[in-house]
Order: sequence, then structure tokens, then C-alpha cells
Amino acid sequence: MTLLKHRLFWPVAALVTLVVVNVIANPNFAKVTMRDGDLYGNPVTILRESAPLMLVALGMTLVIATRGIDLSVGAVMAVSGAVSLTIIADSPDPGSLGTVTVAIVVAVLVALVLGAWNGFLVSVLGIQPIIATLVLMLAGRGVALLITGGAITTVTSAPYKFLSNGYLILLPVAFFIWVAVVAIVALVERRTALGMLTESVGINPEASRLAGVRSRGIIWAAYMVSGLLAGVAGIINASNTMAADSNNAGYLIELYAILAVVLGGTSLMGGKFSIAGTVIGVLTVTTLDKTIQFFGVPPAQSPVFFAVVVVIVVLVQSPRVHAWGRAASARMRRTPSSGEPPTGPGAASAAKKHEEVAA
Amino acid sequence: MTDRGGAAGAHPRAAAPAAGAQMPGPMPCQDGPVSEAQALVQIAGATVRFGAFTALDGVDFRMFPGEVHSLMGENGAGKSTLIKALTGALALDEGTVVIGGSERRFGGPRDAQDAGVSTVYQEVDLLENLSVAENIFLGREPRRWGVIDHRTMRRDAAAVLSGLGLDVDPASPLGRYPLAVQQLVAIARAISTDVRVLVLDEPTSSLDLDEVAELFRVIRELKERGVAILFVSHFLDQVYEMSDRITVLRDGQLVGEYLTTELLRIDLVKKMLGRDVAEIAPREHVVEPEMPADPVLSARGLTRTPGIANADVDIAEGEVLGVAGLLGSGRTELARALTGVDRAHAGIIRIEGQPARLDSPRHAMNLGVVYSSENRRTEGLIGDLSIEDNIVLALQAQQGALHPISAPRRRELALSWIEALGIKPADPDRPVRTLSGGNQQKVMLARLLALSPRVIVLDEPTRGIDVGAKVEIQRLVGELADNGLSVVFISAELEEVLRVGDRVAILREGEVAETVAAASLNPDTLMALVAQPDLPEA
Ligand SMILES: Nc1ncnc2c1ncn2[C@@H]1O[C@H](COP(=O)(O)OP(=O)(O)OP(=O)(O)O)[C@@H](O)[C@H]1O
Ligand SMILES: [Mg+2]
Repeated sequence: MTLLKHRLFWPVAALVTLVVVNVIANPNFAKVTMRDGDLYGNPVTILRESAPLMLVALGMTLVIATRGIDLSVGAVMAVSGAVSLTIIADSPDPGSLGTVTVAIVVAVLVALVLGAWNGFLVSVLGIQPIIATLVLMLAGRGVALLITGGAITTVTSAPYKFLSNGYLILLPVAFFIWVAVVAIVALVERRTALGMLTESVGINPEASRLAGVRSRGIIWAAYMVSGLLAGVAGIINASNTMAADSNNAGYLIELYAILAVVLGGTSLMGGKFSIAGTVIGVLTVTTLDKTIQFFGVPPAQSPVFFAVVVVIVVLVQSPRVHAWGRAASARMRRTPSSGEPPTGPGAASAAKKHEEVAA
Repeated sequence: MTDRGGAAGAHPRAAAPAAGAQMPGPMPCQDGPVSEAQALVQIAGATVRFGAFTALDGVDFRMFPGEVHSLMGENGAGKSTLIKALTGALALDEGTVVIGGSERRFGGPRDAQDAGVSTVYQEVDLLENLSVAENIFLGREPRRWGVIDHRTMRRDAAAVLSGLGLDVDPASPLGRYPLAVQQLVAIARAISTDVRVLVLDEPTSSLDLDEVAELFRVIRELKERGVAILFVSHFLDQVYEMSDRITVLRDGQLVGEYLTTELLRIDLVKKMLGRDVAEIAPREHVVEPEMPADPVLSARGLTRTPGIANADVDIAEGEVLGVAGLLGSGRTELARALTGVDRAHAGIIRIEGQPARLDSPRHAMNLGVVYSSENRRTEGLIGDLSIEDNIVLALQAQQGALHPISAPRRRELALSWIEALGIKPADPDRPVRTLSGGNQQKVMLARLLALSPRVIVLDEPTRGIDVGAKVEIQRLVGELADNGLSVVFISAELEEVLRVGDRVAILREGEVAETVAAASLNPDTLMALVAQPDLPEA
């Protein structure tokens, strides 16, 4: 019962169910093999390919906690990929570690500046987050195209490629990158007071201001982190393809990130957030993506399939649906002869109550 | 009070239970007209649990048409919970609600309202962005050809509002008006429908005498029409003035149902608290000259339009400055300008002689000046965070996000304030949203006191607080002042201002008209000063 009440219970249940269904349908789904001292197989691929979405969703979690939203993350990814690959392509020695380091640092800094721009619009100028970040969402890809001169820049650079395709101990580098970033973000949020202050600002901005919280700084910081992490995601993404494709890099990732955050149990209303929940949400989304491949859904139909499964997963997690379920089973138990009116009110009020308890 | 209503006269006599008796059976013995003696609302065995905690434990409660029935109890006794169970805002775990003879299970307040049960909840739950009229008719807007008919809506709203003697523009956004007006709008909303049962959970907590009188007039009218009114208030005077009958709850259990005329106040308090309250002696006032020589905080010509104009204030160390004034006299505006919440348009504030520009609450806090808003829910607490988080919030914000207060230190702080102020439940991890009103107020105070401020500005700090806790808070304010803290104490309750304050600043139309030693006043003379119309300048 207490397990049921845990805020991560339903997100985890959804992920586990998804994996189990897949494994039953096709045992190869979980197959892992060892080659040259490295692990390969679908689960490993999921961990590797989760990286960009994981980073973006992490930043999105913080932004959403402040009652905001960051639509620009995909565009920022494109810019960061374009910046880093252009630097490498223009350098005399694309394969050197020095070039790659410079490329990464500059790209990440550019992404940080873009995040700061978003934060400025939202926290200082008071522009609605959805509009403020829409500006960059629309303009960002144009900037990326400008940087690459309108072409798809492709490069060959072993150290850069290593980021997404390399292996460290048994597992892909990209996996270690996201694990490290998750750990850092979680540590910073929980070990400093940033987590609490972010939640406070998200729950009640005016009361927070009156309590002396610098909401402006907190909100600004969230957008900067989001920009920064989108920048890193852009690098990993570009490293995967070794091409700066400004039109397609991170395309629609903002929506998948929002989906992952919500699947992880963080409310779009802001306030309480869960980093662990977001990790689970991202793994769910990536697993779902793989499910589509394993089920051999034709590309034309895969968005519909994806949407249907998402709706099911979201319903399974909805407190209101849980309450309906409980009310329905209670009615069954009360025996049909008692003439209990099979109406909604009881169920609806139970749902209300559940929300209050669970929130 | 008017006793012409046969209804009001008949039921109390008809259903006089012995003092202290548990609830009598569903039907009172009757010697009045049969139809009138029928209970309109009959709650039996109401039980509500939150997890392992039982907030309401088998409570019986009933209401007759045409009576005002007060529900009394300490903070956290379960009054609001019983009300929510009645209106369907919470589901009962056990028990039944019978209204007008048939069992009801409302799916929510909307259902209840459709059935004639209108409620004004303790915490005003209106939408500040919407206009006054839209708030009143939310969810049942008058329509014409399928679209909302704003003209009719505004006209009807104006009618309802004037029925309450309220002069506001139905078209302007609600958020523009002070809390008291918002509360009246919530009441207007509740009575704008066809009500049979009107539930008022602390409707008067932020109202002034005049508005209370106006509200009571409306309540009496409704009562004459046979409406059953459930009234919750921590003001004993109001309870005794208005109600025919009193039901007392303690710790979620029914203590008993009594006729107001047969229950002495002292007995009522005893039943509510389960013990005697020691009346506190009025505070020994620091005898100070009119203006302290070296004030901790002083303001000259403080102006912020609309609200305050040219206000002068001085607060000495260890002094309680009471602030009294009518609604609209600028009490809250003065408090906000003094504490950096709103920037003053003109005027000078000095803190210990040094001029200070207070442009944010944070800035004021760093200078030792803190503010507790009259509006706990929107400007005070962070509902979803725990008691502990709420208590340490300001301190943590002051230290900065990167210098966290360690977990053990936080816990220690929270526990010590929970103990010092008697916050219930004494569980630092409990979300503050789930606390009763009085305990929320204490958490608010704890947050500010944890900053060890020099000046604390309390805007209606005892609003919605039960008799026992009120006395405690008043005593606490006195103690704090004795230890050197300067307190600005704003309250619509003049008696309280006099009891706690050393001097009283009287606000009229945004100006501090005069500052008078509390010892030289009594509630009547203070009322006269407060209400005095401004004389033309000589
Ligand atoms: N959602 C909730 N979750 C857990 N406990 C709750 C919740 N709502 C109320 N309680 C608890 O139930 C008890 C009764 O609360 P209630 O609000 O009914 O008190 P009250 O009599 O209205 O007090 P007050 O005079 O302060 O308004 C309190 O101890 C409160 O902490
Ligand atoms: Mg209450």
C-alpha cells in the first residue's frame, strides 16, 4: 500500500510493463552480447540513445518546476552541433584532442548564452515562457544554418565521434555522460538549497518573493541549465551522426522532453519535481521508440502507434483513473443487488480526495 | 437580535438537548410546527481520515431551516473538514449526509450548489484575474445565444453586490481589491443562487465592523426566508450575536450541541479547548512619550497611491505599535510600504537613523524588517512544501541558495519553532497545506521569527485563529517586545489592538491621523477615532 503511494510507483510500473510486453513479444529485445570486452544489444542501445533526450529533459524538469517551459531546446541543440562541427571542420587538425575540446567548450558556452537569453526574457522582462522560448525555437535553427553556411557540415574526428559512439567500461560513453550529468544535477539540487527554492518559486512565486527568495535568479538559473544541457545534448547528437544537420538535429525533442517529464510524475503546474522520475520518463520514451522498431511498425504509422501507447501509459498513471478503478471495484464488491446507484459522484469525489492525498 | 422569525424561535426550544449531551436522535421532540422542526441537514457518523490520521470521528450534526448554527472548535478541530464533507469537497469515509430528507453524496461543490447548498470556504478560492462579476457567476454565467452575456452578468452582479452594501465595480479584476472585499465577493457568489443551506467558514475573519454588520443583516434576511446557515467564526461575540445553536467539536469528535442562550461563554471555551484558558492580563504598556526619541524604524511622508499618502510612523525598540483603521484606510498598504513589499512613491524610511531604500522584501529582511501578510494562502505559505521547508525558507533565502542550512540544523530549527509556537501536528514533514488555518499562521510566524528580526510587521496575525491560540499569539507578541523586538500589529479587531499595542497609530484615508497611547483608550473611544471623518484642514 505504501509502495503504491510512492510517487515513482506508477512511472516505474509503466516502464517495467513496457519492457515486459516487449520481452514477451520478442525475447531479443532484452538480449545483450559481449564483443571485444564491450556490451552490445538493444538494452545498451536504449541507454546510449537516451543521452540527448535525458539531458534535455533534465533541464526541462527544472524549467517546468518554476512553472515555465522551454521550447527552444531542439533549436539550441542544432546551434550547439553546428558550432562545434564548424569549428572542427574549419580547423587544420580536426582529429586532435585540442580542437575537439575547444569546439565543445565554445558550443556549450554558446548554448549557455542562449539559455541565459531565455532566462532574461522570462525572469527579467516577464514574458510568458512559452512565447519567450518560442522566439529562439523559431530563430535558432536559422542561426544554426547561418553558422554552417546552409550546408550539412560533415567532419571526421575520432575524439569527437568517441562521445557518442565510443565505449568506456563495458558501456557506451554517452551513457556515462548522462549518468554523470544526472548525478551532478541531482546533487546540486539536493545538496544546495536550489531544489527547495526552485520548488518554492514554482509553487507560489509571490509568497516566495515575500519570503525573500530571489525568484528572478532562480528562474534565470533554470533556463541557463536547460540551455547548457541542450548544448551538451546537441554535441552528443552531432557526434552520433558526425554531421551538423540544422534542420533535423533535435527536431521535436522539446515535446518528447515535456512528455518524459510528465511521465516521470512532475506536474506541468510547476512546484514539486522529481529528477529520478524524469530519468524513468526518458527511459520509457526511448524504450517506446525501440518498441516501434521491434514491432516492425511501418514508419508512416509509427507516430500513431507512439501516440496510442503514450495515451495508455498516461492513463495508467492518472490518479483519477485509479480512483475510478477503485470505485468500480468497490461497487462490484458491494454486490449488484443492493441497488447502489452506479453514478459518478462517488467516484469523482474519491478522485478529488486521492489527488489531495497524492499531490 | 431580531427574534420575530417564528422559525428561529421555535427550533431552539423544540430541540433543547441537555448541555453536554450527545446528539439526540434524528427527530427532535417538537412542540413547534411539525414542518419547521424537520431537520434540513442531518449528518450522522461522519468520519474522514487522512492516511492514519482521523480528522473527523463519527460526528453527528444537524441544521434546521431558518436557524444560524455555529460550529465551534479549536484550530484543527475538524470544522472545515466537516464542512467539506457536507459539500462533497471531501468524500466521507463513513457516515451519511441527509438533506431535505434524502441521502446525498455530492460529487463536489458544484453538485452541492445545484442542490441549494452554497459555501464560502475559509480560504477565499476565487480567481484574481477574472472580473468581480465573472467570479460571482463562474460556471453559471448568464448566456444569450450561447455566448456569455456580459451586460446581464454585470448588471446582476451589481445587484447582488449592492445587496451586500458593497461598492465595487463588477467589471474590474477581483485581484485589485483587498482581501476583505474578495471575501465579500465570495459571499455574494454564495448567496446569488437559490440557497437553502448557506455555509460560511470564517466569513468575517478579514472584515471590519461595518462589513460584518452588513453581512449579519444579510444573514438575518436569509434566515427569515428559512435558509439554514452554518457559521464558523473564532469571534465569540459574533457567534453569540448571530447563532441560535452551537455545535462544538474537539479533536475531530463531537462534544455536543447546545442552545446559544443556554451556554455560557466560559463554558463554551472550556468545551472547545477541553481546559480553562487563562485570560491574559492586558500587557503592561511601555509608557512612552508620543514620539520615541530614537526610533528603530521611522517613516516620514510615506506615500504610495492609491493607498497611503504622507504617512508618518515611528517605532521604538521593544514597542508594540498597534495600527487601527477602517477598511480602505491604508493599513495593509502601510505595512507593505514599510517592509519593501511595495515600493513607496515618496517619503523616507530610516532604520536606526540610517535612510534606507526598501525596494524588495529581501532587502528589508536584510535590514531586519519583516512582514507577515494578511493573506496566508497567496502571499504567505508554500502549500506543497513541508512545515520544515516553510519555516526555514526565509532564512535559507537570506543565506543564499548555495549556502544550504544543513539537514540536521533545519530539523532542529523546525522542531524548536514547532515547540515554541505549539504548531500542530508537530510533524516537520507534513505539507503545510494540510494544516488548519491557525497552525498555518503559526508556521508563518515561525518563518519570520527564525530570522531574528528587529522589526516585525504583522498584518492580521490572529485572523482565523482560535481563542486559545489567539491568546497565545498575543502573549507571544508581548514577550517578543519585552525582549526588544519592535512589532507593528495591524488588526481589524480594535479590542486586540488595544490589548497588545503600547501606542496605537490611527489611520484615516491613508494618513496616520494620530498616534495615541493605548492605555488612554478603550474600544469605544478608539472606534470613534478610527471612524471620525476627516475634518477639513483649518
Ligand atoms: N488534506 C489533508 N491531509 C492531511 N491532514 C489534513 C488535511 N486536511 C486537513 N487535515 C487535518 O485535519 C484536521 C482538521 O482540519 P480542519 O481544517 O478541519 O480544522 P478546522 O477546525 O477548520 O481549523 P481552523 O479553525 O484552523 O480552520 C487538522 O489537524 C488538519 O491538519
Ligand atoms: Mg477551518
